Amino acid sequence: MAASALSMATLVGRLDYLLNPVLSTRRSAGPLARQLASLPRAQQDFVLQWTEVITRTNYELAYQFAASASAAFEKMDMQAMEAWIIAALDTYDREGLHSGSEIFRQVDAWTQATVGNQVVSLERNMNILGLFACGLSGRKLSLDTAAEPWTDTETLYLPAHISALPTRAENFNIYKILIALLWAQGRYGSFQADLAAACAGYPDPVRAGALLSHIENLRLEACIARVLPGIARDMAKLHVPAFEECRSNLSKAATTVNHSLQWLQRLYGIMDAPRLPHRTALRTETLVVREARIKREQGELAQALAELAHEYKTEADNADGNPDRFRIEVAKNAEGDATFELKLEQTPVPPPEHVSRLIDSILQDLGEIPEDYLQSATDSGRYDSSAVDENAPGNPRDETESETGTYLYNEWDCKRRNYRKNWCTLRESDVQPADNDFVASTLAAYRPQIIRFRRIFEMLRGEDRMLKRQAIGDEIDFDALVSGHIDLKSGLELPDRLLMRRHKTERDLAVLLMIDMSGSTKGWINDAEREALIMLCEALEALGDRYAIYGFSGVTRKRCEIYRIKRFDEPYDDTVRCRIAGIEPQDYTRMGAAIRHLTRLLDGVDARTKLLITLSDGKPDDYSDHYRGEYGIEDTRQALIEAQRTGIKPFCITIDHEARDYLPHLYGPVNWTLVDDVRKLPVQVADIYRRLTA
Amino acid sequence: MATKIAPLARKSLQTEARVIDSEPYYESGGNEIALFEAAYASQLPVLLKGPTGCGKTRFIEHMAWKLKRPLVTVSCHDDLTAADLVGRYLITGNETVWVDGPLAHAVRAGAICYLDEVVEARRDTTVVIHPLADDRRILPMEKHGELLQAPPEFLLVMSYNPGYQSVLKELKPSTRQRFVAIDFRYPGAGLEEKIIRTESGADSSTAAALVRLAHMTRNLKDNGLDEGASTRLLVHAAKLIVRGVPSHNACHSAIAEALSDDPEMLHAIDEFVSSVF
Repeated sequence: MAASALSMATLVGRLDYLLNPVLSTRRSAGPLARQLASLPRAQQDFVLQWTEVITRTNYELAYQFAASASAAFEKMDMQAMEAWIIAALDTYDREGLHSGSEIFRQVDAWTQATVGNQVVSLERNMNILGLFACGLSGRKLSLDTAAEPWTDTETLYLPAHISALPTRAENFNIYKILIALLWAQGRYGSFQADLAAACAGYPDPVRAGALLSHIENLRLEACIARVLPGIARDMAKLHVPAFEECRSNLSKAATTVNHSLQWLQRLYGIMDAPRLPHRTALRTETLVVREARIKREQGELAQALAELAHEYKTEADNADGNPDRFRIEVAKNAEGDATFELKLEQTPVPPPEHVSRLIDSILQDLGEIPEDYLQSATDSGRYDSSAVDENAPGNPRDETESETGTYLYNEWDCKRRNYRKNWCTLRESDVQPADNDFVASTLAAYRPQIIRFRRIFEMLRGEDRMLKRQAIGDEIDFDALVSGHIDLKSGLELPDRLLMRRHKTERDLAVLLMIDMSGSTKGWINDAEREALIMLCEALEALGDRYAIYGFSGVTRKRCEIYRIKRFDEPYDDTVRCRIAGIEPQDYTRMGAAIRHLTRLLDGVDARTKLLITLSDGKPDDYSDHYRGEYGIEDTRQALIEAQRTGIKPFCITIDHEARDYLPHLYGPVNWTLVDDVRKLPVQVADIYRRLTA
Repeated sequence: MATKIAPLARKSLQTEARVIDSEPYYESGGNEIALFEAAYASQLPVLLKGPTGCGKTRFIEHMAWKLKRPLVTVSCHDDLTAADLVGRYLITGNETVWVDGPLAHAVRAGAICYLDEVVEARRDTTVVIHPLADDRRILPMEKHGELLQAPPEFLLVMSYNPGYQSVLKELKPSTRQRFVAIDFRYPGAGLEEKIIRTESGADSSTAAALVRLAHMTRNLKDNGLDEGASTRLLVHAAKLIVRGVPSHNACHSAIAEALSDDPEMLHAIDEFVSSVF
């Protein structure tokens, strides 16, 4: 039997308690309770429970929710209500109280936009649309939600729901159109002119901005039609006749954003932007992101070309690699896409992938490679080496490894081109186990993926393999029999190993996972790391590879810390699970000593293949200890070279978007991978491990 | 049964060196032809690096034709042993007969021996590859008690895909440092279009759309795809289109399904298809 509904008095009491900070004599809990009193008990509980949850974010927002809840129940079921609440909380996080409350107040607007067969939500299609945006050539784009679609040229902001057209397929196409348009803004140079300044000259800059967006979209539509005719066909269905002259004029191949600005001048005051389902906005924030990128990429290109010049240094030419000798020839193809050829003196050079991506990105922003990008960039190495002062107090060390759990390690000094002896003191200790529900909730949240990985890993577990020349077996080994026959013919004895037997191959593999526990992993990254470890451990248990997990962090060379999470000989049990849950961000990332210590541990394990996998969120770094920059990078590189010498294969999984700048130098071109979205880390780590050892 | 089973010795192992009579279609994307010819003239073994379906095998066929040498191709797999390459004794009638493996056969014939995806082979194959790949140019045939000296016309070529990140499938430095390495990538847009048109007879707008589609999938490498669509897949799709299969069906079957099993990934690739056509 369902529990009976809560009485008016109980409701007043509960609401008073929950919403106390925003209630007053003029705004009491009474009217809220009266609305809720008529609801069945299950719905009452739902409202009270969510009200309490929302108060943890904001009391006023919780009040707005409680006030709109009973009206909302007339139009939505609990599942739809939850989506509504989450949307309001997201909006609050992003845009503040006013916009968040607005979602609660406008129940009708929300239900119209989201409840119906034609509604397409970004959240549900995030993966597909994300892949779609990723596939469009050019720089990497991520997706996020905003009331009005716009882009800062690195993230595409799209509405959370689209329901403007009568069918789902059409509304899904609007998302595709929006992604194509916003991508085209970056690709076809919408931001090569200062649009905000241009609009500011008009009496009503907002109106001018809207009109300019529309005109510019007409130009981009023509560009899209040349490369993505399928999308252009969908766009053509949404044409409004009023702008035909403008459209046909802007469809010519060589039009730029300046032509759109001329059309703005002609049409301003005569026409206004139509309210199309795929209208987009142009925002000034874009400039900031763009400027920052242009500056960053100029440095990156100089660095990359200097490295490339060094690589191609010919014997006749004794000068150090000098990027002056590079030329980049840019040509436009029929579609209006800029293509380029990199030339060293007169010979074309195939640019490495990251260089061609960089040049392409610069071409998108500037339409050309400015002269000064290719000049005298030799000294602009981005690693700041000036801070290295290696005569810091306190050396040489006279401590020994007598203290239990303390080890001394050398450190590579790239300036001296030699080791500093016993320079780092490293301590090993256990991670403090945390007794909370982190493990249980992770297991619950990723149950389907864990089951899938277990299955995949079980299949990896070493396939059946025929062992040949066995004394005992279930099939005749004809090769052995033939050679035995030959032996027999030549007067020898017939060997007894003439059979074949099926055998599961042992994966003779030992893995040591090295987890970044530096302070910068605080929050999301730490959660993702812990979830990734749980997932990977669950999968590894199915696989049977030997593995150990250690965390690393520390402050200065005297306090390098290694945290034991799971030793090789420990089973994956509750203690280990609680230690994983107990991983907490600590201090800095002095990687060299940590790698040397873990190399020592891994070297003591008997296995044919030994893997050292690092899970990291950034460059090596330490507290004011000149470890930052070149010194730390070179020490880490040296430690990895030492590891490789002992037969260990290092691999790095990183979430640092700048990893391309230094990880190839540390791990080589393929022995690292970038997980570009922290949220994907838990699933991806297990997948990367599978690929790595398949 | 009227036909008797052919003697074992004739049927197995005896990999005939293939003489290529007509010119295999190949578009050069750089200086690889000149490089290969120079390596051949200097008797240096060659390593072809590059992703799947970018034209490595076609290139070697083209070079075999150009240099007028027979070609022996061995597709390596994880059970391929040194004995499989060198040869072994077989019994016919009451006699044991030595039968050359493909590598020994290629050495005797002065052919080009192409070991495709060599990292897949068992590790013991390096024992026979090493002495053949340095300046000794000999093939020790231990069981047969013979030491084959390779003639100047013989050339050893291996292919290798460095994109696979598996630590268990790496080429050892001692092996790779014996080879002249030629790096293969997917051809540039214009060249790839031309290849598709020539191979399939598709019109230029279809070829251009397929190349754009390929670039979109290649942008997804490491974002859910292990590899983007190769030139070979594009040619497959183009051939289906030329035969009258609607372009979205052709691309779905020849490209999307060949790249992934993940429903969301398939959906995304289908969206690419509907955008470029």
